[in-house]
Amino acid sequence: MPWLEAVRLALKTIRAQKLKSFFSLIGVLIGVTFLIAVVSIVTGMNNYMEDKFANALIGLNTFQLRQRPNFTSGNVTDDMWREWSRRPRISYDDAAYIKAHVKTPVVYANFCSDRATVNYNGKAAKDIELVGTEPTYFDIKNYKLTAGRPFAAQEMQLGLPVLVIGSEVAEKLLKGVDPIGKEVTMYGLPYRVIGVVERQGTLFGLSLDKFVIMPFTAPARRWICPINILDHLIIQASGPGTMTIAMGEVEASMRTRRHLKPGQENNFFLQTSEAALEGWEKISKILITALPLLVSISLIVGGIVIMNIMLMSVSERTREIGIRKALGARRRDVLAQFVVESATLSTVGAAMGIALGIALAFVVRAVTPLPAAVAPWSIVLGVVVGVLVGMVAGIYPANRAAKLDPIVALRAE
Amino acid sequence: MSEPIIRIRDLTRHYEMGTETVQALRGVSLDIGRNEYLAIMGPSGSGKSTMMNMIGCLDTPTGGEYWLNGQEVSQLSDDQLARVRNKEIGFVFQTFNLLPRATSLHNVELPLVYAGVSSRERRSRASAALGRVGLGNRMDHRPNELSGGQRQRVAIARALVNEPSILLADEPTGNLDSTTSEEIMQVFAELHRQGQTIIMVTHEADIAAHADRTVVLRDGKVETDRATHGVAA
Repeated sequence: MPWLEAVRLALKTIRAQKLKSFFSLIGVLIGVTFLIAVVSIVTGMNNYMEDKFANALIGLNTFQLRQRPNFTSGNVTDDMWREWSRRPRISYDDAAYIKAHVKTPVVYANFCSDRATVNYNGKAAKDIELVGTEPTYFDIKNYKLTAGRPFAAQEMQLGLPVLVIGSEVAEKLLKGVDPIGKEVTMYGLPYRVIGVVERQGTLFGLSLDKFVIMPFTAPARRWICPINILDHLIIQASGPGTMTIAMGEVEASMRTRRHLKPGQENNFFLQTSEAALEGWEKISKILITALPLLVSISLIVGGIVIMNIMLMSVSERTREIGIRKALGARRRDVLAQFVVESATLSTVGAAMGIALGIALAFVVRAVTPLPAAVAPWSIVLGVVVGVLVGMVAGIYPANRAAKLDPIVALRAE
Repeated sequence: MSEPIIRIRDLTRHYEMGTETVQALRGVSLDIGRNEYLAIMGPSGSGKSTMMNMIGCLDTPTGGEYWLNGQEVSQLSDDQLARVRNKEIGFVFQTFNLLPRATSLHNVELPLVYAGVSSRERRSRASAALGRVGLGNRMDHRPNELSGGQRQRVAIARALVNEPSILLADEPTGNLDSTTSEEIMQVFAELHRQGQTIIMVTHEADIAAHADRTVVLRDGKVETDRATHGVAA
């Protein structure tokens, strides 16, 4: 009997007994739903973390020269904390030294920041990230301006009180007015707004638009960059290759500048987006490893249910098997019929599971800030798993059917 | 008689029932020619059913020879027997044995499915077979939408669809009233006239009387083997 015929026959049988079939494939359905949903959420998180998180917080092909890591993953011991705190901080002079000594063409931006309150006309925007940096920062962050302009190198050199503001700050303080040229105050000092940055959206539900950017030399520096100290130096290379080379050069320059002996540990840190992602990678690895366990439990249960249903089906249809054998069905025909029926049943379950899993992933995306992206391989895996579970579960019942004596089977009620 | 379609020599069949051995057939010899219409009779326990299973290649003998259409089939494997059943034998059962969820057409197509016939050809051959038994207008009906006589006709169409060497009927009228029985006997007579070899197992003398020849079994042996006048012929 050709297998297509067997599939058709199986679908017919499933249609004839819809409710029974549904209950028998619910185990596989749940298993595959899990599989698809979890893989989708993890994949979505991966994409999100790699594209958005890493780039929003650090930037493409970019690294930071810092005193210590700012994204820590796993266990940081007290000793490590103490060692980190003892390290010298990154100074203006460190940055200048690096800029003078690194030969790979890269873009630099000094960076300091703090939380500040911005006031305008009696209104206050609280908890705004005040960034003090260089004009190159706008290129590194790939910020587009919807109004005005970034500050220029001369304004930085002169330390002028000019401000480029995030879209949420503009909305909060300067809604309905042209923000350009308006005077806002921070720490009681007046600043002139010269530009507004395009909306950046959210990261895990947190706004990326609550910031203001000023030259790091501007008057408020004494609150955010005390005594020549930078939070970190941002270094952006043109590609992953030059970034590796630049990192080597920055490390070597810093070691020379700080007189570190060979074998002595670095007393500074180069933060890359990969390093920032380390924590997430650990979590996703755990999820992906735990997933097969979770899924296989429901699949084993699903397989056992299908096997039982098939055993019942074989004994209910003994007469049919007898008829088929009398009319010329060989053992392998009967075997194929029941294995295919079982596999079809299970695959139908898997297909429903795939649909439900995708739906679940989309629901998660809609109601939580967690993004979900359906991985095509997980759909393929779902189908394969469905077919396999059905076939394995079907073999024993099908074998029983195939071995029936046609004379006995024909006499069955 | 020309080369017989069935040649049986000293056929025996023993069953082991616990420690006892039941001898269902104790050496049956029989030749059946092409286009014969034969009835096998006998009281229960005579070996009638065993004989029917042997002829139908549903069972293999303990001893003896069985030649069906020039092929020795007594020592074949299960799967080889399945092929022989598919090609050489058309079964008609007392209880019809139709698949309840399948339409008439699909029931008749079934032997062709196992013969590996393409679905288009299956359809045309199955509808032709249904036409032959006068059910051309009942192709999409399921067995429970048909009368007993109609069901048996579907079964006859199914038996004929593979153009078997023999039509093997086991109490074909056992579940039918006498009018319907007579109708089925008319169908058999017509098929016989068209050249079909028919072997019918029955315990009803008036049904057996339709055949040209009657073999009576008793205690696993042939008791009598005589020509009868086919009433319908």
